[in-house]
Amino acid sequence: MTIDLANQIVTGLLTGLVYSLMALGLSVIFGVVRVVNFAHGEMTALAMYAAWALFTWAELDPLLGLPLIALLLFVLGYVMQRGLIDAFVAKPEHMQFILLVAVAIIMVNGSLLVFGPDAHGIQVPYGFDTYEVGPLLVDKVRLLAATAALCISGLLMLFFRRTMTGKAIRACADNLVGARVIGLNVKRLYAVTFGIGAACVGAAGALLSMLIDVMPSSGPELTMLAFIIVIVGGLGSMGGALLGGILIGVSEVLAGYFLMPSMKGMFSFAILILILILRPQGLMGARK
Amino acid sequence: MSGHSSPMVNRRGFLAAGAAGAAVLGLGGRARPLHAAEPLKVGLLLPLSGSLAREGQSCKRGADVTPALLADMGMPVQLMIADTETNIDTARTRAEKLIADGAQVLVGAFDSAHTLAVAQVCEQRGVPLVINIAAAPNITEQGFKTVFRNFPTAPKLVTEGLALMKDVFKTTGTTPTKAVFLHNNDTFGTAMAGAVNKLFPTLDMPFPLVETIAYDGAARDLAVEVGKAKATGADLVLLVPHGDDCIRVIREMVKQRFEPKAVISPGSPGMYEAQFYKTLGKYSDYCMTNLPWINPKTAMSQALLKAFTKAYPDALFEMNIGYTFEAILIAADAAKRAGSTDPKAVLAALPVTSIAEHVMIGGPIVFDAKGQNTNTRSATIQNFGGKPLVVLPSEVAEAKPVFPAPGWQQRG
Repeated sequence: MTIDLANQIVTGLLTGLVYSLMALGLSVIFGVVRVVNFAHGEMTALAMYAAWALFTWAELDPLLGLPLIALLLFVLGYVMQRGLIDAFVAKPEHMQFILLVAVAIIMVNGSLLVFGPDAHGIQVPYGFDTYEVGPLLVDKVRLLAATAALCISGLLMLFFRRTMTGKAIRACADNLVGARVIGLNVKRLYAVTFGIGAACVGAAGALLSMLIDVMPSSGPELTMLAFIIVIVGGLGSMGGALLGGILIGVSEVLAGYFLMPSMKGMFSFAILILILILRPQGLMGARK
Repeated sequence: MSGHSSPMVNRRGFLAAGAAGAAVLGLGGRARPLHAAEPLKVGLLLPLSGSLAREGQSCKRGADVTPALLADMGMPVQLMIADTETNIDTARTRAEKLIADGAQVLVGAFDSAHTLAVAQVCEQRGVPLVINIAAAPNITEQGFKTVFRNFPTAPKLVTEGLALMKDVFKTTGTTPTKAVFLHNNDTFGTAMAGAVNKLFPTLDMPFPLVETIAYDGAARDLAVEVGKAKATGADLVLLVPHGDDCIRVIREMVKQRFEPKAVISPGSPGMYEAQFYKTLGKYSDYCMTNLPWINPKTAMSQALLKAFTKAYPDALFEMNIGYTFEAILIAADAAKRAGSTDPKAVLAALPVTSIAEHVMIGGPIVFDAKGQNTNTRSATIQNFGGKPLVVLPSEVAEAKPVFPAPGWQQRG
């Protein structure tokens, strides 16, 4: 039983890391632009469809297609921010909410129109492979996806800490008036931030496409998952998104193993409610 | 199912078979034929989108080829197809709309919960409902006067499914030592689980059921469910999926190197569907499903196969198609015998239905006082080379059962 449980915890940990990358995009966007992207899961589903299309029609492995998909989503995010969302940044939150929910609905129905109602999955040639690590069996696809997610998250953190653009974005997040006073182009930086958040979504979508099937209804489910993770980790905190993803991934596995598998989704919501009661700012969020 | 050994028949042959069936029923010259311009308006409710879309689309493909075949038999029908969107409320509102739009009989709705919602609408409006596929027993236990089901109930599916397992073990000379039961926790899966847990102790099965694991069919992955099943040490997996969740179960079994002697469904959709073969390839082979199936050796099933293959050369000819065809056939037959398309007349004719010549394995289609066809019969189908073949009962078998199945890594 111990080995079986350890196997499941490793599985949850690896899956959680990929969830983290998706949630990281949401956290980055909210942390800087202060807009909650209610179309986040739908954008992830779009990225998964892109990965599926590249795999099906160009026989491109999702890991190799990842940079292209991330770039496409960066452009989509940049254009969305400049052309649509920017006009709502200073508007009341409920208007932002309605706008992005509308975008989400359009994306869901657009994908239903283009790809149909069926689930689309990617079966890479190594999709059934596992590594033996001592007594543990580690799923090769999950390991590759989690490693890629961890590397991308690390690169993103380096970008925000070490590059001028990253520091400028952080300046916008920390002190918007100050950023304007020193002459930063806030609109452009917001668009770049939204693009980066969307690129995270693109990368996460490419990786998730190897783990789960995508269908039009996947979008709202993934939005909900991303929200749970960032609220648990702390909205706007990059480290929190990582921690939240791992926590949700592992807790779902433990709930499924020790309680009932059909309760594992409910367990995530239980954690969310617990966090909202005990630590509303999230595990790594700053108290205001 | 292209591997059927019986000769194919053309539409003329199909007509002859239909005429022979009608003669057997004593309908010959007495039945008043419907006017050519007055086809029976059949409202067909199916989950064409949402999580059950694949099965719904499969049923629809069966329905698409049906009107031409029935027209040849002098039973014109006009299909009015509506999408339940795999949603109970939508199923109810679409049923209301179909009736408002002039549907004289409703057929559907694949999912038990959707069917129950539609049945309530039909009962209120006095419009007959012929169920193509839905197994929850309570549908025909509520005293509905307008509901007729040509599909076995979950307990019957399970009883026959478990009995067929014993036949498989007897035929192959190998018996598993213990089994784990995995099932989808939707309405269908829960009804099936209830039936398995209730009937298993009474059927003198040659192995114990060590654990029952319910899972959410919409879960993103089923790693923990399969891990938990593996931890039981069972060498037989009883699986009741409902849709593409069986793909995720088998995928995880391969990844976690869980190698039971076989994966057998006591009666559920999933493991004989095109997507299952396409996604899993060699890993889809040797999975068994015990369920009502198309009789490969009747003239009517061969005619349906021919029409279906012509319309959908790449689609799999399977149970959903056969039962959807038969449900429309039952409605059309009732209208023909009633000599009217009026819902009340069709409703009056349905309880005395007796169709000897049809496409599914089993006896003549007749309904008991509850509107349930008691002559359905299950078969064991096993996957070979990406297609399902009947392996039991032996009189209609196309291949011999293979048990235990070769290990995942021993497949070419």
